[in-house]
Amino acid sequence: MKWRAVGAIYAFEMARTRRTLTQSIVAPVISTVLYFVVFGAAIGSRITEVEGVSYGSFIVPGLIMLSVLTQSIANASFGIYFPRFTGTIYEILSAPISFFEIVLGYVGAAATKSIILGSIILATAGFIVPLEIAHPFWMALFLVLTAITFSLLGFIIGIWADGFEKLQIVPLLIVTPLTFLGGSFYSISMLPPLWQTVSYFNPVVYLISGFRWSFYELADVSLGVSLGMIAFFLALCLSLIWWIFKTGYRLKS
Amino acid sequence: MRSIISVNNLTKTYAGGFTALKDVSLEIRDGEIFGLLGPNGAGKTTLINIICGIVNPGDGSITVNGHDTIKDYRAARSLIGLVPQELTTDAFETVWHTVNFTRGLFGKASNPGHIEKLLKDLSLWDKKDERLMTLSGGMKRRVLIAKALSHEPQILFLDEPTAGVDVELRKDMWAVVHELRDAGVTIILTTHYIEEAEQMADRIGVINQGEIILVEEKTELMRKLGIKQLALELQGRMTKLPAALKTHKLELAEDGMTLIYTYDTRAERTGITALLNDLGKAGIKFRDIHTTQSSLEDIFVNLVKRAS
Repeated sequence: MKWRAVGAIYAFEMARTRRTLTQSIVAPVISTVLYFVVFGAAIGSRITEVEGVSYGSFIVPGLIMLSVLTQSIANASFGIYFPRFTGTIYEILSAPISFFEIVLGYVGAAATKSIILGSIILATAGFIVPLEIAHPFWMALFLVLTAITFSLLGFIIGIWADGFEKLQIVPLLIVTPLTFLGGSFYSISMLPPLWQTVSYFNPVVYLISGFRWSFYELADVSLGVSLGMIAFFLALCLSLIWWIFKTGYRLKS
Repeated sequence: MRSIISVNNLTKTYAGGFTALKDVSLEIRDGEIFGLLGPNGAGKTTLINIICGIVNPGDGSITVNGHDTIKDYRAARSLIGLVPQELTTDAFETVWHTVNFTRGLFGKASNPGHIEKLLKDLSLWDKKDERLMTLSGGMKRRVLIAKALSHEPQILFLDEPTAGVDVELRKDMWAVVHELRDAGVTIILTTHYIEEAEQMADRIGVINQGEIILVEEKTELMRKLGIKQLALELQGRMTKLPAALKTHKLELAEDGMTLIYTYDTRAERTGITALLNDLGKAGIKFRDIHTTQSSLEDIFVNLVKRAS
């Protein structure tokens, strides 16, 4: 393992975050605070509690997941797409490093940024609503696994995209709707039976459910199912990336 | 001299069906400057990109210092530095950071002294804290060279390194190249400025339509394929060649003031003595004589035309 090479990519990507601090950290935090204002104050005044938890507190895990999912994808996809776009990818491909090391550098940096962002949102939420974390270990595990999995997905999108439009299509048209409909702002049990069944086809439901369980022990599906689904997505993304590097798809063809 | 790069029966066909390389075999010798010449689209960059790991090879194999570029890619690539044809830089990075980044990418420990020397040699030291987007094209080209040399490679690929670079900068670059060669670095150079290859290269390879059509020592190539001409400047204007001189390969220049004699330097007899005798007998007087030899560019153009 060439740790120096991994470290070079990681440091390069983290330096980009420092240069774009407003876009990377401040903007998502402001958006989340606005969600609290709109959903917590406006809707929360009508839905006071969900299964014994105040509505404002109930939506915190969903809001963190919303930001972590979208920012993981955005960071990782842009991180690998930009060198492809500018042509500087040549030095990554000609360096004596394995695909695993390349992925570790890019995805590690993207996931780190998302975890930092999730932690900042969590801290911000603590100032606005009362918070309790029943299972801190599981909370951290879900946060880290989700950040890694969706950073891997973002990396795949960054390689697949051959233009800035494609770079935006998956996050905007697929991931954001799935997250909004995945129980960020409500419990699946609040939906009519038909929509509950439909919701179980949404993979984000399992992520938010597990994450929310680590806070309030409230879940739409069991913890094991949530963990199993994350493990499945992780394996799927890793397999796709392995295939991309094996075939050189859009990188070396 | 031993080979440091061996390309064996390499063929590359892109997904669209275009065959960029056809059964290419090539040996690059350790410590030499090898000039790879060819018209646009001949396959030069594809060949370099495959050796460096940027493009997947098709059939065939490549070894770098005995290391297979696929099976033992880490050892092979760690020996290579590449200056690409395109000016591809991270616009927002500083010169210092981007050069250090490349060194890190190759797994080398930080060495500020080496990077400082490199930047000074390439006249980039006073620009080290400037962002790449603020640099001129020539300066960006120097940065790419600094990046390629940051990990102290044994082999350096220069793909059109002086394209768009002014004369002064070009001279600086060649000084660096000479220094590298003296330090034992093998250099593979592609260029459109064939006089550069003529001045710099030890050996020349010509590639056309994906095929290597010639590999030769530069001096041998110019001796074998070069032609020499003897120009005789006449004292008086001549309207047509006298019949007594028709047996010689003589041409009369358009202005009627110069006779041009083309001959083969490798021939047992060049025919110059007989020509001068016949000129004397015909009473033709001349005021100056000089010879010219075809350049590498002339040879290159003829080779490519013939192959096409």
